[in-house]
Amino acid sequence: MATHAVHHHQAPTGFIRKYVFSLDHKVIGKQYYGLALVAVVIGMVLSWLMRLHLGWTNLAIPGLHFLSSAGAPGNIMTPEYYLQLMTMHGTIMVFFVLTTAPFAAFGNFFLPIQVGAEDMPFPHFNMMSFWVTFVAFVVLISSFFLSDGPSLAGWTQYAPLSALGAVAGPGQGLGEILWASSIGIFCIGQLLGSLNFITTTLDLRTKGMSLMRMPLTVWAWFITSCMGLGAFAVLMPACIFLVLDHVAGTSFFVPSNLVVNDQLQPHSGGSTLLWQHLFWFFGHPEVYIAIIPAMGIVSHVLITSIRKPLLSYKVIIASMSTIAFLSYMVYGHHMFVSGMNPMSSLFFSFPTLIITIPATIIVLIWIGSLYRSRLRINAASLFALGFISMFVTGGVSGFFLAQPSLDIMLHATYFVVGHFHLVMAVAAIFGIFSGTYFWFPKMFGRMMNDTLGKIHFWLTFVGAYCIFMPFHYLGMAGNVRRYEAFVDDYLQPLIPVHRFITVAALITGAAQLIFLYNLFHSRFWGKPAPDNPWEGTSLEWSTPTTPPPFDNFGGTLPVVYHDPYQYGVENTTGGDYVMQTSPQQVAPTGD
Amino acid sequence: MGTFVQDPPAIPKPREDKLGPPAFTDGGGRDAVPAEGSLHSVQDYSPPPASTAIWVVIAAVTMTFAALTSALIVRQGASLDWHHLVMPRLIYANTLVLLVSSVTLEISRRKFKAFSAPTVREFRRAEFWLKLTLALGVLFVVGQWFVWMQLRAEGLYLATNPNSSFFYVLTVAHALHIFGGLCGLVYVVRRLNRGLLHKSTMDAASRFWHFVDVLWIYLMVLLWIKI
Repeated sequence: MATHAVHHHQAPTGFIRKYVFSLDHKVIGKQYYGLALVAVVIGMVLSWLMRLHLGWTNLAIPGLHFLSSAGAPGNIMTPEYYLQLMTMHGTIMVFFVLTTAPFAAFGNFFLPIQVGAEDMPFPHFNMMSFWVTFVAFVVLISSFFLSDGPSLAGWTQYAPLSALGAVAGPGQGLGEILWASSIGIFCIGQLLGSLNFITTTLDLRTKGMSLMRMPLTVWAWFITSCMGLGAFAVLMPACIFLVLDHVAGTSFFVPSNLVVNDQLQPHSGGSTLLWQHLFWFFGHPEVYIAIIPAMGIVSHVLITSIRKPLLSYKVIIASMSTIAFLSYMVYGHHMFVSGMNPMSSLFFSFPTLIITIPATIIVLIWIGSLYRSRLRINAASLFALGFISMFVTGGVSGFFLAQPSLDIMLHATYFVVGHFHLVMAVAAIFGIFSGTYFWFPKMFGRMMNDTLGKIHFWLTFVGAYCIFMPFHYLGMAGNVRRYEAFVDDYLQPLIPVHRFITVAALITGAAQLIFLYNLFHSRFWGKPAPDNPWEGTSLEWSTPTTPPPFDNFGGTLPVVYHDPYQYGVENTTGGDYVMQTSPQQVAPTGD
Repeated sequence: MGTFVQDPPAIPKPREDKLGPPAFTDGGGRDAVPAEGSLHSVQDYSPPPASTAIWVVIAAVTMTFAALTSALIVRQGASLDWHHLVMPRLIYANTLVLLVSSVTLEISRRKFKAFSAPTVREFRRAEFWLKLTLALGVLFVVGQWFVWMQLRAEGLYLATNPNSSFFYVLTVAHALHIFGGLCGLVYVVRRLNRGLLHKSTMDAASRFWHFVDVLWIYLMVLLWIKI
């Protein structure tokens, strides 16, 4: 039995409505993916420039002065320009890559399909969500073209540096206003996206798709949307305050009697800690906004690859929800050295240690499920396993940083840089790669080259460790972060380590060209993909065509008979899996 | 004349139904099909998306104003430059206008909700209360404009002192949400006149309007205590 349904907006025929201002969640998902791809290339090139400068301080980087004549006279990066590139690297990567790709891109494309819907309930808001995000990106990038360049206050934009204006340094005038405006606009885009994700999950599930039959990816996107709702709604007013301190002369974040560059600032009475509270109330959930969708993708890919359900589906959901809930209570651990009351540090330290429990449970479930499984090795499953490795390695250093007494020593060092790059950035990027190799056939109707994918994995996996493991060593040796050059005596012996990291970063970055080649070559010349190349069970593999038609299911919504992971079962028609849409009776899996 | 459309019924209507956009399937996991005799396949009820969406919006706006409130508390405690600000009397009149608008909207919503086959007269009467709400909403925004002008005349600008900064930020942020609520009501009127209005849409728009009303009362108390 199936319900009859018709798409609630007609398939567009013109180019503009089909590919540019499209209402189709699949096109919007691809647009987000494209945006993230452009952003990650820019972000990576910025990191190369920074790494070259850190390895060889006075190195002339050919062509750099084209990017900024003031920031790189004679192609040699100034200290200020280093900070500007660092700010833009962090901002682009966190907001426009780690948030957009695993959440907005894959979520837009697959969430409605996986719950058996034709589209999101508010397609106009969905379209706005992407275009608002695009405008935010353009506003941010435009600050590169200012005479004094983009903001230099770091992606965390600590006040009062961020709130003072041009007196605080290059890029702190209009560049800073553009930064705050861009992120404020970005928040609106993500709120509109979250609205659609939540309503689609709650209201548009097809017949038989109970909450406990949703794939783990849908749960992850749903939980992330709920987190995003709280986090971005708080960051937005913070950005407004920041802009007002610049353009209206208010004093939200600038204290009294502040002298900067020999000039007494006209502000009075503001609180620098206020910015940190507002920012990190967003900032810590943001870490999980990046990582939970990746956890969902990894779970989904892993189950399909090991051909059996995870040890517990419900415990994964409960753990992800617990992480989301606790993520709002731990933000103060970013502020142990901010001068905050030491009792507050204790208050934030405790839930920070507690939050490792659900994260550990998820990891143990993944690893336990791998035991005695018939793992299918391909690029997608390798990146899923790589995610677990990165997440564990990066997470373990979190135990140290969660304790205020240790964090005071390590906070301003490369130890923290190594920690968050592994646990948040690289892990989430591995999740994005895993999702790309897994879903590319469904998104574009062609297979990616698996051999190239495996080569890409091994180079990236080894490369990421070569880059980020030494960061921990540098941190423990006392190497401060955010410095553009290491001129102190005690830092001199560490420069060879920096050079090693730079070489590793360049090689690992170059390895991404293999991925880009594979992506674009496969898009046009890849082997045509079958409807269900990985023998998956969830609804995205039940679409009548590949890629799915405009209304996803060809006018007839699917009916769901099973939980999403019926693997390792006997199928009367052959195979070791039963699809969610198959009415075939199967023995309970014991989940 | 327009017709008021019932909520999407439990049984999905075909798309060609002139009453408006079709029901979004039969709503979530209702009548879930049991597999392998498992009773955990739920019978959960899924409301129309607009009903869920409005709570999502309310949650987000609440978070924004919670952030603004905490900022106000922190900023007030941060230094001694906080001076008491006497709110113009006009603001109390504006408050009254907004409260009345909630009442008129509720009258309108209940009348529409009770309709099965309304006469022209009944329909116009219900529509009158809806348009009155719109007018009162606009009147509130205009009133707020005069409040800001009055403060300006007293020499209290955005950057004059922290309390005036927060006063402007909070009231302007609220006015923007009122503007959003007005857009929602205009949408309701337009759909109504085309005969395409779902009750869930009207419920959502009125829920938001009542929310911004309650939000204003909260802000008044906050500003009265803190400013």
